Amino acid sequence: MSDVKYSKEHEWISVDGDVATIGITKHAAEQLGDLVFVELPAVGKTVAPGDEAAVVESVKAASEVYAPLSGEVVEVNSVLEGEPGKVNEAPEGEGWFLKLKLSSPSELDGLMDEAAYNAFVEEQG
Amino acid sequence: MSDSETPQDLKTTPLSAEHEALGARMVPFAGYLMPVQYPAGILAEHTHTRDKAGLFDVSHMGQAWLKGPDHETTAAALEELVPADIRSLEPGRQRYTQLLNDDGGIIDDLMVSRSAYPGTEGRLYLVVNASRKAIDFAHLKSRLPDSIEIEELPQWALLALQGPRAEAALETIIPGVAALAFMQGAPFEFDGAAIYATRSGYTGEDGYEITVRNEHAKGLWQALLAHPDVMPIGLGARDSLRLEAGLSLYGHELDETVSPVEASLLWSIPKQRRAEGGFPGAARIQREIADGAARKIAGIKPEGRAPARDGTVIMSGGKEVGVITSGGFGPSAGGPVALGFVPPELAKPGQALDLMVRGKALPAEIVKLPFVAKSFKR
Repeated sequence: MSDVKYSKEHEWISVDGDVATIGITKHAAEQLGDLVFVELPAVGKTVAPGDEAAVVESVKAASEVYAPLSGEVVEVNSVLEGEPGKVNEAPEGEGWFLKLKLSSPSELDGLMDEAAYNAFVEEQG
Repeated sequence: MSDSETPQDLKTTPLSAEHEALGARMVPFAGYLMPVQYPAGILAEHTHTRDKAGLFDVSHMGQAWLKGPDHETTAAALEELVPADIRSLEPGRQRYTQLLNDDGGIIDDLMVSRSAYPGTEGRLYLVVNASRKAIDFAHLKSRLPDSIEIEELPQWALLALQGPRAEAALETIIPGVAALAFMQGAPFEFDGAAIYATRSGYTGEDGYEITVRNEHAKGLWQALLAHPDVMPIGLGARDSLRLEAGLSLYGHELDETVSPVEASLLWSIPKQRRAEGGFPGAARIQREIADGAARKIAGIKPEGRAPARDGTVIMSGGKEVGVITSGGFGPSAGGPVALGFVPPELAKPGQALDLMVRGKALPAEIVKLPFVAKSFKR
């Protein structure tokens, strides 16, 4: 089993070796509502924390998904481009966004574990 | 992803507790705490309204009586402020029009009904936008003659039931409504209480708007929801439904600088009034009819799947030519849809345009409105 971490931007990060699979949390998907469009980054793009990694649009509005970690995009879930609703159906499974080859794995220490994330969501109301 | 406004200062409708009990997500809208969606979600709510019947709480909208001595006097006074033909309204009939400022800009758009209540000769019933009602009523008070009184109706809630099954569903609860024609209203009774129903709406579907006293709103809401074809619909789907139907929203397509010609609402100004004028801004509107307006609202279909939102710049031949006023995803259209201002010479169906979305030029074309065929009962 890989280790799942969470960001304050409501992303989950599942790490396997030096590759992190990233998606948005169930809480984020519920807050956004039905997604109708997902724009994913190009494979090969390098990102740093806070960079725009993807764009999601619900019926109502567009939102950015920010990179939680530094690295190079090595794979994207292009299924989402045709079926953005997968994010709502299975945000923490089939609705993953991208895989990053991490350049600074120590950044993982700044992320939350599941209990801390749940407390963070609770606190935000 | 968080709502910045605090709910403390917001008004609520008589159905607020019903929305919360149904699990609605409540958001601030035009000074009210309103349901943006229920647990089913905007896509399901939108589709349900197109397929069956959707129930909306639109009690935030402004309702008022204009009261004068007789129809001719009240109608003539209102015609000084709007470009529609109000005098020819028969009892029970309803018309769509705009309150215009002296430059021909739109203060608000509204529905005007000639009352069909017995003993209410000389009254017109108005329904205006929530976000504009204070401005509208102040404008009416300052501009109408002393012989015409304006009485706001905050003690009345407003529900809308929209969709192909709306007629059958409402008829089971309020017998007689099936006989109403499009843009016609009449008084009815529900559970011993007086109500007023008009056959109209804001979704492009057949349906009704029903005025009911606040204390009876919950009973009517629950009776309608008990019908198997009826589902509650929030403001999110209300917006996607009206956008697909090509209907304007104040603050987007309409504001105080926009004329009815620019808003592509010339259909709502009858020939005689175009010719004779006699409403605010008539000179501008007559000039725009003769010489063309500088800009015009048109339907715009982006290619691909990315929606182009309100404020998106429209380009043609490398030049900025207009702006998107409303844009989103049309669940029934199966893709993104938008309305926007373009020069009239570029407003022809088939015209190619570029929309600047996140720094990239997205190809789009002008299409005939509506995006989804209207199914009004004529």
